[in-house]
Amino acid sequence: MMTWLRQNARETIAALALVILFAGYIAIHPRGFSTYVVTIWSNQGTLLGLAAIAQFFVVLVKGIDLSVGSIIALTNVMGSFLLNGSPTSIALGMVVVLAVGVACGLVNGIAVVYGGVQPIVTTLATGGIFGGIALLLRPTPGGSIDETMSDALTYAVAGIPVSAVILVIVLVVLLVLLRRTAVGLGLYAIGSSEQSAYMTGLRVNRLKLVAYGSSGFVAALAGTYVSMVTLTGDPNIAPSYTLNSIAAVVLGGVALSGGVGSPIGAVIGALILKTISSLMFFSGLPPLAQPFFEGLILATAIALGALGVFRVRSRLELYR
Amino acid sequence: MTDATERTVRSRKSSRWLNRDRVSVLLIALGCVALLLGGSLLYPGFLKPGYILQQLQIAAFLGIIATGAMLVILLGEIDLSVPWTITGTAIVVISASGSSNPLVASLAIPLGLCLGVAVGLLNAIGVAVFRVPAMVWTLAVNAMLLGAAVFYTGNSRPNGEVPWLATQAATGRTFGIPNAFLVWLVVAAITIWVLKRTVYGNYLYALGNSRRAVFLAGAKVRLVMVATFVLAGVFSSFGAILLLGYTNQAYQGMGDPYLMPVISAVVIGGTSIQGGRGNYIGTFAGAIFITLLSSILSVMQMPPAAREMIFGAIILVMLLVHGLTNKKEGI
Repeated sequence: MMTWLRQNARETIAALALVILFAGYIAIHPRGFSTYVVTIWSNQGTLLGLAAIAQFFVVLVKGIDLSVGSIIALTNVMGSFLLNGSPTSIALGMVVVLAVGVACGLVNGIAVVYGGVQPIVTTLATGGIFGGIALLLRPTPGGSIDETMSDALTYAVAGIPVSAVILVIVLVVLLVLLRRTAVGLGLYAIGSSEQSAYMTGLRVNRLKLVAYGSSGFVAALAGTYVSMVTLTGDPNIAPSYTLNSIAAVVLGGVALSGGVGSPIGAVIGALILKTISSLMFFSGLPPLAQPFFEGLILATAIALGALGVFRVRSRLELYR
Repeated sequence: MTDATERTVRSRKSSRWLNRDRVSVLLIALGCVALLLGGSLLYPGFLKPGYILQQLQIAAFLGIIATGAMLVILLGEIDLSVPWTITGTAIVVISASGSSNPLVASLAIPLGLCLGVAVGLLNAIGVAVFRVPAMVWTLAVNAMLLGAAVFYTGNSRPNGEVPWLATQAATGRTFGIPNAFLVWLVVAAITIWVLKRTVYGNYLYALGNSRRAVFLAGAKVRLVMVATFVLAGVFSSFGAILLLGYTNQAYQGMGDPYLMPVISAVVIGGTSIQGGRGNYIGTFAGAIFITLLSSILSVMQMPPAAREMIFGAIILVMLLVHGLTNKKEGI
């Protein structure tokens, strides 16, 4: 138990912080602990949680994805065209939307792996392209989504929000894939040391493409879920998702230097961020002061997470 | 081979005249010429000195802000707090300058630069002392600045006066040449001298290559990092003051459209985003290229969406050309 805690210290601390924040949120919320409140919270958290998982895959292999938000916006906009009509056409539309997400991820991956461009600048540029396509398809928010499907996916069944169930299923599947398959372990290996992974005989390039493709897939899931929650396609949602997904993975103990962290951590980080902004909303602070405190709390949380630097014995460890 | 030895090998190889840095500058210069010629096919006014001088004037704002971004990128970090440092500075300067207290009003520009120093210090504390990844910390600082600005202005446009000096520097002309461009030339000359001829410049490149080696060599790593972030903040504020003189107003989000072009200008100019490689001429040319590109796209009356796409695509192509030539040199 103790070793487990020590190995997963960052996730454990983040989870504790989340529990405390959530308790504060419930205490402060005028309607208290009810299915309604928890469902709204869970839906919002799932959106950012999926975005954070998409970011996690790229960060795991030492990259960073500044186009996550744009992929979410693009798939959300595509969903607003495709996700209605007969069940067959919805199913087909779903496949198309997810395929677009994977394709976007692969474009990033190919530019990084075969083009020799750094992930941060690649995704900065492709983010502009994906976001541009989304804006061309739908210059202003609009479109329609099948409401039966939306209701089924955003309400609660027997007091448990469907979004939470979806998120847990995604997490379990990903955990098994990441910890129990050669591909998953290969991704961690690349993140820790690309050279060693290469010398061990791993197909580094192909595995990296898998990471970027998976990231695009999960981003498309997030985009689809945005469609379900908001019932519209909105091309302007990109920036906030990109920024929050990066903050979320860092809060959840995923190392930007690669190879460390889990999708669970990323989701916990996302839930923390969501809870903080919901707390702000009901906190009674003047609305104009809220953005400042949101930023302040985010900075404090990140700085607290970095306190480990004061425990290092030799300052040499700090420089790589 | 480790990263460090690789780089030594590469730098020895690149001692030829047509080394990688010069190739990137040449590429962008060609790109600028192509943009101008292509534009002149559509609109004959493109090759007139008046248009080109005006573009250089606008490029100066981008270029000065990109100078700070380049220093941070050379260090191997990144500064994402640029947008709200710009907006914050503009708000501080315009309100201080419009103040009824003559002392405050006369100190408007120094106060604006002080904001840049303060933001730089805040960034440096997070990155150099707490060792938070710069990408995340400067993002959080950006969020705080946004919050502070919203709180201070009450979400409305700040009223005040633009200092005379800022207007003169941004829109005035000396012997027909825009003052803003002249200011940028001075900044460029000083930057090139600092990067090539001073200890600080050498440390900056060295830190971008191997922080560990520089630390073991006994350099004051933290001091250099703090100085770099402070300089970046000052350049952002300096650019913001010129921008304020040009737009003659401060508004929420006036800095937001600058983040992408600033980083693109630096990276297109051949500066490695991992740090330690790059020269200022590249950034200079990069800023002009980006300005010309967005000007031509807006003259062609592209819808903003298509503009964003073409912008992204061209940047990606330039980067791929860099990346592939890099590969040929045998990484």
